[in-house]
Amino acid sequence: MTALKLAIRHKPFARADGELNAIENIEIEIARNEFVAVLGPSGCGKTTMLQIAAGLDDDYTGTVEYAAGLKDKMAYVFQSPTLLPWRTVRQNIELVFSDPQAHADAIASVLEAVGLAGSEDIYPLQLSMGMQRRAALARAFVLRPQLLLMDEPFVSLDEMLAARLRDLLETMLAGNPASVLFVTHDWREALSLADRLIFLSPGPARITGELTVSLSRQQRCNAAELQNFRDANANVFQPGKA
Amino acid sequence: MASQPLNTFGRVSWMMISIISLLVVWWGLALLVQSRYLPLPQEVFSVLAIELASGELLFHVAMTLMRVAASFVAAMVIGSAIGIAMGKRAWADRFFDGWLMFFLNLPALVTIVLCFIWFGLTEVATVLAVAINKIPNVAVTLREGAKALDPAYEQLARAYRFGRWKTLRHVLAPQLAPYFAAAARSGLALVWKIVLVVELLGRSNGVGFQIHLYFQLFDVAAILAYAISFIVVVQLIETFILQPWQQSVGRWRT
Repeated sequence: MTALKLAIRHKPFARADGELNAIENIEIEIARNEFVAVLGPSGCGKTTMLQIAAGLDDDYTGTVEYAAGLKDKMAYVFQSPTLLPWRTVRQNIELVFSDPQAHADAIASVLEAVGLAGSEDIYPLQLSMGMQRRAALARAFVLRPQLLLMDEPFVSLDEMLAARLRDLLETMLAGNPASVLFVTHDWREALSLADRLIFLSPGPARITGELTVSLSRQQRCNAAELQNFRDANANVFQPGKA
Repeated sequence: MASQPLNTFGRVSWMMISIISLLVVWWGLALLVQSRYLPLPQEVFSVLAIELASGELLFHVAMTLMRVAASFVAAMVIGSAIGIAMGKRAWADRFFDGWLMFFLNLPALVTIVLCFIWFGLTEVATVLAVAINKIPNVAVTLREGAKALDPAYEQLARAYRFGRWKTLRHVLAPQLAPYFAAAARSGLALVWKIVLVVELLGRSNGVGFQIHLYFQLFDVAAILAYAISFIVVVQLIETFILQPWQQSVGRWRT
């Protein structure tokens, strides 16, 4: 069953030297509870694509279709944590509910799960980057989303911390299955998380390839296995270069 | 030598030293000049005490404060609305730019006189005249605030379906608060001075009216008594309302 169907024909992008296309003909279909990672070089239009998918950007030609009711069960994790700095961690999470009182238990347990119990009443600027990202994940997961859009949520973290947050993401998805569209430029990250990879070209973004990831959980944790998988599919990973 | 930040005690004692030195200079000058047009500080304070005891002073200060409050609120509301619209929408910015230029350079006196001619010597004309003087400054400040709004937070509000009210309260207002506070503080200082001029020209009560009255009598002690009492009131509002509020809205900055 399809959760999200994205068909972007054309996305204009205004630049000093005239208007050009940021995105050309991207079609992506995500099945229910499928984890799709979109891989592409920095600045190729991945973020723009995700914003269109989320309905945050209306300036494009094409269509975005959600399974019934799915849009109300959507959560978005931004490239930067994007916590409101003038609200405490707890208030930031409460804000996603219209009646936070009714979800006090869910908020407490998600804070516990991301290891922020005890830091609820701190303002985000006083937290480390890793903690801010965990708070942003907590905000997304507390909604029990059925559609999760993630924009390089672990970028600019050291590898140890990024790996821990990826584990956290997997644990949370195990408890709350969701359709995920995950944008990244890190192929290892994509391989260790996703069911399917979609490759984008440098801007204007086009789909250059697709790959189903047939790796077990153990293999995904093994750097050598990831490298082997990439080598075996080199033509998809680097079209034209190999 | 770099100046060290002072603790509260240090700040208060320096303020006291500063004010006392001003009084001493005044006192010395008055002794030197020996003129009925420059009374000694104690003469002014005895007039202040008499006016206070008779209730005159409180009545006129209250009248002026009411006008200050009404024009201040009107100017903040209208000025903020225009300023935010200008900051958010390019067409509004272009459209109101000429208006802003006109009203920023329009002398306060002209606004006051025209309001009295058009609307009569009424309370409405008073409040309107003062508000019109202040609106462009508020608009300019809030326009900067609206231009500095971070689009990332707006996306957050949309992605998580905050709705209008929650977006305004938790996303927009906290970002605009420092600009609003700055406009409010400079606004209070400007508004009360203009209110006095308006009262002088066309009201029959208020601090400005009293100063006008005592000007005709050349009673400098009474003029200073009213001026000082109003300075004290405005400074109290500044110290106990505006400053703490401005600090509280900036509390999250680590």
